[in-house]
Amino acid sequence: MKRAVWGIALSAALAALLWAGMAAAASDAYKDNIYNPGKLKPIDSVLKVKVGQRAPDFTLKAVSGGTVTLSGFRGKKNVVLSFVPAAWTPVCSDQWPGYNIVKDLFDERDAILLGITVDNIPTLFSWTNQMGRLWFPVLSDFYPHGAVAKQYGILRSDGTSERALFIIDKKGIIRYIDVHDINERPPLEALVAELEKLP
Amino acid sequence: MKRWIWVVTMTVLLCWTPATAISAEPAAGQPLPDFSLAVPKDAGMRNYLGLSGGATFRIAEIKAQAVVIEIFSMYCPYCQKEAPVVNELYRKIEGGPLKGKVKLVGIGVGNSPFEVETFRKKYAIPFPLFPDGDFTIHRLVGEVRTPFFIVLKSQPSAAPKVVHAKLGAFESVDAFLNFVAESAEIR
Repeated sequence: MKRAVWGIALSAALAALLWAGMAAAASDAYKDNIYNPGKLKPIDSVLKVKVGQRAPDFTLKAVSGGTVTLSGFRGKKNVVLSFVPAAWTPVCSDQWPGYNIVKDLFDERDAILLGITVDNIPTLFSWTNQMGRLWFPVLSDFYPHGAVAKQYGILRSDGTSERALFIIDKKGIIRYIDVHDINERPPLEALVAELEKLP
Repeated sequence: MKRWIWVVTMTVLLCWTPATAISAEPAAGQPLPDFSLAVPKDAGMRNYLGLSGGATFRIAEIKAQAVVIEIFSMYCPYCQKEAPVVNELYRKIEGGPLKGKVKLVGIGVGNSPFEVETFRKKYAIPFPLFPDGDFTIHRLVGEVRTPFFIVLKSQPSAAPKVVHAKLGAFESVDAFLNFVAESAEIR
Protein backbone atom coordinates (compact mmCIF):
# COMPACT_ATOMS: atom_id res chain seq x y z
CA MET A 1 0.00 0.00 0.00
CA LYS A 2 2.74 2.41 1.00
CA ARG A 3 4.42 1.58 -2.24
CA ALA A 4 1.33 2.53 -4.19
CA VAL A 5 1.07 5.89 -2.43
CA TRP A 6 4.73 6.55 -3.06
CA GLY A 7 4.29 5.58 -6.68
CA ILE A 8 1.33 7.87 -7.21
CA ALA A 9 3.13 10.77 -5.56
CA LEU A 10 6.21 10.24 -7.70
CA SER A 11 4.15 9.83 -10.87
CA ALA A 12 2.26 13.01 -10.14
CA ALA A 13 5.52 14.86 -9.53
CA LEU A 14 7.01 13.55 -12.77
CA ALA A 15 3.85 14.40 -14.70
CA ALA A 16 3.93 17.91 -13.25
CA LEU A 17 7.53 18.24 -14.40
CA LEU A 18 6.70 17.06 -17.90
CA TRP A 19 3.78 19.45 -18.05
CA ALA A 20 5.85 22.30 -16.91
CA GLY A 21 6.86 23.18 -20.45
CA MET A 22 6.71 26.94 -20.31
CA ALA A 23 4.13 28.58 -22.47
CA ALA A 24 6.54 29.97 -25.00
CA ALA A 25 6.75 29.65 -28.72
CA ALA A 26 10.34 28.89 -29.58
CA SER A 27 11.61 30.45 -32.78
CA ASP A 28 13.18 28.11 -35.27
CA ALA A 29 16.11 30.56 -35.19
CA TYR A 30 17.49 28.58 -32.25
CA LYS A 31 16.78 25.10 -33.69
CA ASP A 32 16.89 22.56 -30.86
CA ASN A 33 19.29 24.60 -28.75
CA ILE A 34 16.84 26.04 -26.23
CA TYR A 35 17.07 24.48 -22.79
CA ASN A 36 13.75 24.19 -21.00
CA PRO A 37 14.22 24.66 -17.26
CA GLY A 38 10.57 23.79 -16.61
CA LYS A 39 8.26 25.89 -14.50
CA LEU A 40 10.17 27.96 -11.98
CA LYS A 41 9.22 29.76 -8.79
CA PRO A 42 7.65 32.95 -10.21
CA ILE A 43 9.76 35.35 -8.11
CA ASP A 44 12.71 34.35 -5.95
CA SER A 45 14.27 37.54 -4.61
CA VAL A 46 13.44 40.65 -2.59
CA LEU A 47 13.49 43.96 -4.42
CA LYS A 48 15.92 46.52 -2.98
CA VAL A 49 14.83 49.57 -4.97
CA LYS A 50 11.54 51.39 -5.40
CA VAL A 51 9.79 53.79 -7.71
CA GLY A 52 10.78 57.40 -7.03
CA GLN A 53 14.26 56.49 -5.88
CA ARG A 54 17.50 57.20 -7.75
CA ALA A 55 18.54 54.11 -9.73
CA PRO A 56 21.77 52.57 -8.41
CA ASP A 57 24.52 53.35 -10.90
CA PHE A 58 26.54 50.63 -12.63
CA THR A 59 29.08 50.05 -15.34
CA LEU A 60 28.89 46.78 -17.27
CA LYS A 61 30.70 45.24 -20.22
CA ALA A 62 28.77 45.22 -23.48
CA VAL A 63 28.73 42.29 -25.90
CA SER A 64 29.63 44.69 -28.71
CA GLY A 65 32.76 45.79 -26.80
CA GLY A 66 33.48 48.53 -24.27
CA THR A 67 31.37 49.35 -21.27
CA VAL A 68 28.08 51.08 -20.61
CA THR A 69 27.46 53.25 -17.55
CA LEU A 70 23.90 53.97 -16.50
CA SER A 71 24.63 57.54 -15.32
CA GLY A 72 26.05 58.27 -18.78
CA PHE A 73 22.46 58.64 -20.01
CA ARG A 74 21.49 61.16 -17.34
CA GLY A 75 20.05 64.31 -18.87
CA LYS A 76 20.04 62.66 -22.31
CA LYS A 77 17.85 59.57 -22.46
CA ASN A 78 15.23 57.67 -20.53
CA VAL A 79 16.52 54.17 -19.89
CA VAL A 80 14.69 50.84 -19.90
CA LEU A 81 16.58 48.03 -18.18
CA SER A 82 15.47 44.58 -19.30
CA PHE A 83 16.94 41.87 -17.09
CA VAL A 84 16.29 38.36 -18.38
CA PRO A 85 17.18 35.24 -16.36
CA ALA A 86 19.49 33.32 -18.66
CA ALA A 87 20.68 32.89 -22.23
CA TRP A 88 19.36 29.89 -24.20
CA THR A 89 16.10 29.55 -22.29
CA PRO A 90 12.60 29.71 -23.83
CA VAL A 91 10.97 32.97 -22.75
CA CYS A 92 14.21 34.98 -22.69
CA SER A 93 15.09 33.92 -26.21
CA ASP A 94 11.94 35.60 -27.51
CA GLN A 95 11.76 38.72 -25.41
CA TRP A 96 14.61 40.77 -26.90
CA PRO A 97 13.90 39.87 -30.56
CA GLY A 98 10.44 41.34 -29.90
CA TYR A 99 11.94 44.59 -28.56
CA ASN A 100 14.23 44.56 -31.58
CA ILE A 101 11.36 45.40 -33.97
CA VAL A 102 9.94 48.24 -31.87
CA LYS A 103 12.88 50.66 -31.77
CA ASP A 104 10.46 53.36 -32.95
CA LEU A 105 8.34 52.95 -29.80
CA PHE A 106 11.44 53.58 -27.67
CA ASP A 107 12.64 56.45 -29.91
CA GLU A 108 9.27 58.19 -29.63
CA ARG A 109 9.74 58.34 -25.87
CA ASP A 110 13.42 59.25 -26.12
CA ALA A 111 14.33 55.96 -24.45
CA ILE A 112 17.23 53.57 -24.79
CA LEU A 113 16.97 49.89 -23.92
CA LEU A 114 19.72 48.02 -22.07
CA GLY A 115 19.46 44.22 -22.07
CA ILE A 116 21.18 42.57 -19.12
CA THR A 117 21.80 38.99 -18.01
CA VAL A 118 24.22 37.34 -15.57
CA ASP A 119 25.77 35.32 -18.43
CA ASN A 120 29.32 35.88 -19.61
CA ILE A 121 30.18 37.75 -22.82
CA PRO A 122 30.95 34.70 -25.05
CA THR A 123 27.62 33.07 -24.14
CA LEU A 124 25.73 36.29 -24.74
CA PHE A 125 27.58 36.73 -28.03
CA SER A 126 26.56 33.29 -29.35
CA TRP A 127 23.02 33.60 -28.11
CA THR A 128 22.24 37.13 -29.29
CA ASN A 129 23.77 36.35 -32.70
CA GLN A 130 20.70 34.16 -33.32
CA MET A 131 18.42 37.15 -32.81
CA GLY A 132 19.60 39.15 -35.79
CA ARG A 133 21.20 42.57 -35.41
CA LEU A 134 20.04 44.13 -32.14
CA TRP A 135 19.69 47.92 -31.98
CA PHE A 136 20.29 48.07 -28.21
CA PRO A 137 23.31 47.19 -26.07
CA VAL A 138 23.42 43.80 -24.34
CA LEU A 139 25.34 43.89 -21.06
CA SER A 140 26.96 41.15 -19.02
CA ASP A 141 26.44 41.14 -15.24
CA PHE A 142 28.64 38.06 -14.94
CA TYR A 143 31.48 39.02 -12.62
CA PRO A 144 31.37 39.75 -9.77
CA HIS A 145 28.46 37.46 -10.37
CA GLY A 146 25.11 39.24 -10.70
CA ALA A 147 26.41 42.28 -8.81
CA VAL A 148 23.98 44.70 -10.46
CA ALA A 149 21.04 42.29 -10.16
CA LYS A 150 21.91 41.93 -6.48
CA GLN A 151 22.10 45.70 -6.03
CA TYR A 152 18.57 46.03 -7.44
CA GLY A 153 17.36 43.03 -5.43
CA ILE A 154 16.53 40.77 -8.35
CA LEU A 155 19.23 38.08 -8.03
CA ARG A 156 17.53 34.72 -7.54
CA SER A 157 18.84 32.06 -5.18
CA ASP A 158 20.13 29.97 -8.12
CA GLY A 159 22.30 32.82 -9.42
CA THR A 160 20.07 33.84 -12.33
CA SER A 161 18.20 37.12 -12.30
CA GLU A 162 14.51 37.81 -12.36
CA ARG A 163 12.73 38.72 -15.56
CA ALA A 164 12.49 42.39 -14.65
CA LEU A 165 11.88 45.73 -16.33
CA PHE A 166 12.89 49.10 -14.89
CA ILE A 167 12.16 52.47 -16.45
CA ILE A 168 14.58 55.18 -15.35
CA ASP A 169 13.91 58.77 -16.39
CA LYS A 170 16.44 61.33 -17.61
CA LYS A 171 17.06 62.49 -14.03
CA GLY A 172 18.09 58.97 -13.08
CA ILE A 173 14.92 58.32 -11.05
CA ILE A 174 13.18 54.93 -11.21
CA ARG A 175 9.69 55.46 -12.68
CA TYR A 176 8.47 51.87 -13.16
CA ILE A 177 9.38 48.41 -11.90
CA ASP A 178 7.98 45.12 -13.16
CA VAL A 179 9.53 42.06 -11.54
CA HIS A 180 7.61 39.66 -13.70
CA ASP A 181 6.70 36.02 -13.20
CA ILE A 182 9.89 34.44 -14.57
CA ASN A 183 7.84 31.93 -16.57
CA GLU A 184 6.02 34.55 -18.61
CA ARG A 185 6.92 37.31 -21.00
CA PRO A 186 5.74 40.78 -19.97
CA PRO A 187 3.20 41.99 -22.55
CA LEU A 188 4.61 44.71 -24.78
CA GLU A 189 1.59 46.98 -24.30
CA ALA A 190 2.27 47.27 -20.56
CA LEU A 191 5.80 48.57 -21.17
CA VAL A 192 4.64 50.92 -23.92
CA ALA A 193 1.89 52.32 -21.68
CA GLU A 194 4.48 53.05 -18.98
CA LEU A 195 6.83 54.69 -21.48
CA GLU A 196 3.98 56.93 -22.56
CA LYS A 197 3.61 58.18 -18.98
CA LEU A 198 7.14 59.64 -19.00
CA PRO A 199 7.21 63.45 -19.04
CA MET B 1 12.33 -2.62 -10.75
CA LYS B 2 8.62 -3.30 -11.14
CA ARG B 3 7.92 -0.23 -9.12
CA TRP B 4 9.70 1.89 -11.73
CA ILE B 5 7.72 0.43 -14.56
CA TRP B 6 4.57 1.24 -12.65
CA VAL B 7 5.72 4.80 -11.95
CA VAL B 8 6.56 5.37 -15.60
CA THR B 9 3.18 3.99 -16.70
CA MET B 10 1.32 6.16 -14.23
CA THR B 11 3.34 9.21 -15.31
CA VAL B 12 2.48 8.61 -18.93
CA LEU B 13 -1.20 8.14 -18.07
CA LEU B 14 -1.28 11.30 -15.98
CA CYS B 15 0.36 13.24 -18.78
CA TRP B 16 -2.34 12.07 -21.16
CA THR B 17 -5.17 13.70 -19.27
CA PRO B 18 -6.92 15.45 -22.15
CA ALA B 19 -7.54 18.87 -20.56
CA THR B 20 -3.91 19.99 -20.65
CA ALA B 21 -2.48 17.54 -23.11
CA ILE B 22 -0.45 18.89 -25.98
CA SER B 23 -1.59 17.60 -29.36
CA ALA B 24 0.74 16.16 -31.94
CA GLU B 25 2.20 18.36 -34.68
CA PRO B 26 -0.01 18.66 -37.74
CA ALA B 27 0.86 16.07 -40.38
CA ALA B 28 -0.29 15.44 -43.94
CA GLY B 29 -3.53 13.42 -44.10
CA GLN B 30 -4.73 14.53 -40.66
CA PRO B 31 -7.75 16.76 -40.05
CA LEU B 32 -7.02 20.22 -38.65
CA PRO B 33 -7.73 20.39 -34.88
CA ASP B 34 -10.89 22.37 -34.17
CA PHE B 35 -10.53 25.98 -33.05
CA SER B 36 -12.25 29.32 -33.58
CA LEU B 37 -10.89 32.75 -34.40
CA ALA B 38 -12.46 36.17 -33.96
CA VAL B 39 -14.07 37.52 -37.12
CA PRO B 40 -11.91 40.49 -38.23
CA LYS B 41 -13.33 43.96 -37.59
CA ASP B 42 -11.85 45.15 -40.87
CA ALA B 43 -14.35 44.73 -43.71
CA GLY B 44 -11.58 44.15 -46.26
CA MET B 45 -10.22 41.25 -44.22
CA ARG B 46 -13.73 39.82 -43.78
CA ASN B 47 -14.30 40.00 -47.52
CA TYR B 48 -10.95 38.35 -48.19
CA LEU B 49 -11.92 35.43 -45.96
CA GLY B 50 -15.46 35.33 -47.37
CA LEU B 51 -17.06 35.77 -43.95
CA SER B 52 -20.38 37.50 -43.65
CA GLY B 53 -20.43 38.32 -39.95
CA GLY B 54 -20.73 36.79 -36.52
CA ALA B 55 -18.26 36.89 -33.67
CA THR B 56 -16.07 33.89 -34.42
CA PHE B 57 -15.37 31.56 -37.32
CA ARG B 58 -13.62 28.28 -38.05
CA ILE B 59 -10.97 27.77 -40.71
CA ALA B 60 -13.49 25.55 -42.56
CA GLU B 61 -15.66 28.64 -43.10
CA ILE B 62 -12.98 30.48 -45.08
CA LYS B 63 -14.06 30.69 -48.71
CA ALA B 64 -11.15 28.95 -50.44
CA GLN B 65 -10.03 25.64 -51.89
CA ALA B 66 -6.87 25.77 -49.80
CA VAL B 67 -5.82 27.75 -46.74
CA VAL B 68 -2.23 28.36 -45.67
CA ILE B 69 -1.83 29.04 -41.94
CA GLU B 70 1.37 30.62 -40.71
CA ILE B 71 2.01 29.98 -37.02
CA PHE B 72 4.23 32.90 -36.01
CA SER B 73 5.20 35.14 -33.11
CA MET B 74 6.06 38.81 -33.11
CA TYR B 75 8.95 37.78 -30.87
CA CYS B 76 10.43 35.20 -33.26
CA PRO B 77 13.46 36.42 -35.22
CA TYR B 78 12.89 33.95 -38.06
CA CYS B 79 9.28 35.06 -38.40
CA GLN B 80 10.51 38.64 -38.63
CA LYS B 81 13.03 37.70 -41.32
CA GLU B 82 10.45 35.64 -43.19
CA ALA B 83 7.68 38.28 -43.07
CA PRO B 84 8.57 39.98 -46.40
CA VAL B 85 8.74 36.56 -48.09
CA VAL B 86 5.28 35.61 -46.79
CA ASN B 87 3.99 38.98 -48.02
CA GLU B 88 5.39 38.09 -51.45
CA LEU B 89 3.56 34.77 -51.27
CA TYR B 90 0.33 36.67 -50.63
CA ARG B 91 0.96 39.05 -53.54
CA LYS B 92 1.71 36.17 -55.91
CA ILE B 93 -1.51 34.43 -54.92
CA GLU B 94 -3.54 37.60 -55.36
CA GLY B 95 -1.88 38.51 -58.66
CA GLY B 96 -2.20 35.09 -60.30
CA PRO B 97 -4.55 32.26 -61.13
CA LEU B 98 -4.80 31.14 -57.48
CA LYS B 99 -6.57 34.34 -56.42
CA GLY B 100 -9.72 33.49 -54.53
CA LYS B 101 -8.71 29.84 -54.34
CA VAL B 102 -5.84 30.00 -51.84
CA LYS B 103 -6.17 32.16 -48.72
CA LEU B 104 -3.50 33.02 -46.19
CA VAL B 105 -3.89 33.64 -42.44
CA GLY B 106 -1.37 34.12 -39.63
CA ILE B 107 -1.78 33.08 -35.99
CA GLY B 108 0.46 34.86 -33.49
CA VAL B 109 1.08 32.34 -30.71
CA GLY B 110 1.53 33.85 -27.28
CA ASN B 111 0.93 37.28 -28.80
CA SER B 112 -1.56 39.81 -27.45
CA PRO B 113 -3.70 41.77 -29.95
CA PHE B 114 -1.28 44.70 -29.47
CA GLU B 115 1.71 42.49 -30.27
CA VAL B 116 0.06 41.05 -33.39
CA GLU B 117 -0.81 44.59 -34.48
CA THR B 118 2.81 45.66 -33.89
CA PHE B 119 4.00 42.84 -36.15
CA ARG B 120 1.40 43.69 -38.81
CA LYS B 121 2.40 47.36 -38.90
CA LYS B 122 6.14 46.68 -38.84
CA TYR B 123 6.03 44.44 -41.91
CA ALA B 124 2.90 45.93 -43.60
CA ILE B 125 1.26 42.50 -43.61
CA PRO B 126 -1.67 42.49 -46.05
CA PHE B 127 -3.43 39.28 -44.93
CA PRO B 128 -5.39 38.63 -41.71
CA LEU B 129 -3.47 37.96 -38.48
CA PHE B 130 -5.01 36.61 -35.30
CA PRO B 131 -3.71 36.58 -31.71
CA ASP B 132 -3.42 33.35 -29.71
CA GLY B 133 -2.47 35.08 -26.48
CA ASP B 134 -2.88 32.12 -24.15
CA PHE B 135 -1.26 29.54 -26.49
CA THR B 136 -4.53 27.56 -26.86
CA ILE B 137 -4.09 27.07 -30.60
CA HIS B 138 -0.35 26.59 -30.15
CA ARG B 139 -1.04 23.60 -27.89
CA LEU B 140 -3.55 22.22 -30.41
CA VAL B 141 -0.91 22.24 -33.12
CA GLY B 142 1.72 20.50 -31.04
CA GLU B 143 3.59 23.59 -29.78
CA VAL B 144 5.52 23.81 -33.03
CA ARG B 145 8.52 26.08 -33.39
CA THR B 146 7.95 29.21 -35.47
CA PRO B 147 7.42 30.04 -38.26
CA PHE B 148 5.38 26.94 -39.08
CA PHE B 149 3.23 26.61 -42.19
CA ILE B 150 0.16 24.39 -42.44
CA VAL B 151 -1.42 23.87 -45.85
CA LEU B 152 -5.06 22.80 -45.69
CA LYS B 153 -7.33 21.44 -48.36
CA SER B 154 -10.96 22.44 -47.86
CA GLN B 155 -13.39 19.53 -47.62
CA PRO B 156 -17.06 19.88 -48.55
CA SER B 157 -18.47 18.43 -45.35
CA ALA B 158 -15.58 17.77 -43.00
CA ALA B 159 -12.77 19.57 -41.21
CA PRO B 160 -10.06 20.88 -43.56
CA LYS B 161 -7.41 18.27 -44.20
CA VAL B 162 -3.73 18.97 -43.62
CA VAL B 163 -1.92 18.32 -46.90
CA HIS B 164 1.41 19.79 -45.88
CA ALA B 165 3.10 20.95 -42.69
CA LYS B 166 6.45 22.67 -42.67
CA LEU B 167 8.75 24.24 -40.10
CA GLY B 168 10.83 27.25 -41.08
CA ALA B 169 11.33 29.39 -44.15
CA PHE B 170 10.47 28.23 -47.64
CA GLU B 171 13.30 28.41 -50.13
CA SER B 172 11.27 29.68 -53.07
CA VAL B 173 7.87 31.37 -53.07
CA ASP B 174 7.03 30.02 -56.55
CA ALA B 175 7.99 26.47 -55.66
CA PHE B 176 5.95 26.64 -52.45
CA LEU B 177 2.95 28.02 -54.29
CA ASN B 178 3.10 25.30 -56.95
CA PHE B 179 3.34 22.78 -54.17
CA VAL B 180 0.27 24.25 -52.43
CA ALA B 181 -1.75 24.08 -55.68
CA GLU B 182 -0.64 20.53 -56.35
CA SER B 183 -1.05 19.09 -52.88
CA ALA B 184 -4.46 20.72 -52.40
CA GLU B 185 -5.46 19.55 -55.91
CA ILE B 186 -6.53 22.99 -57.05
CA ARG B 187 -7.94 23.07 -60.54
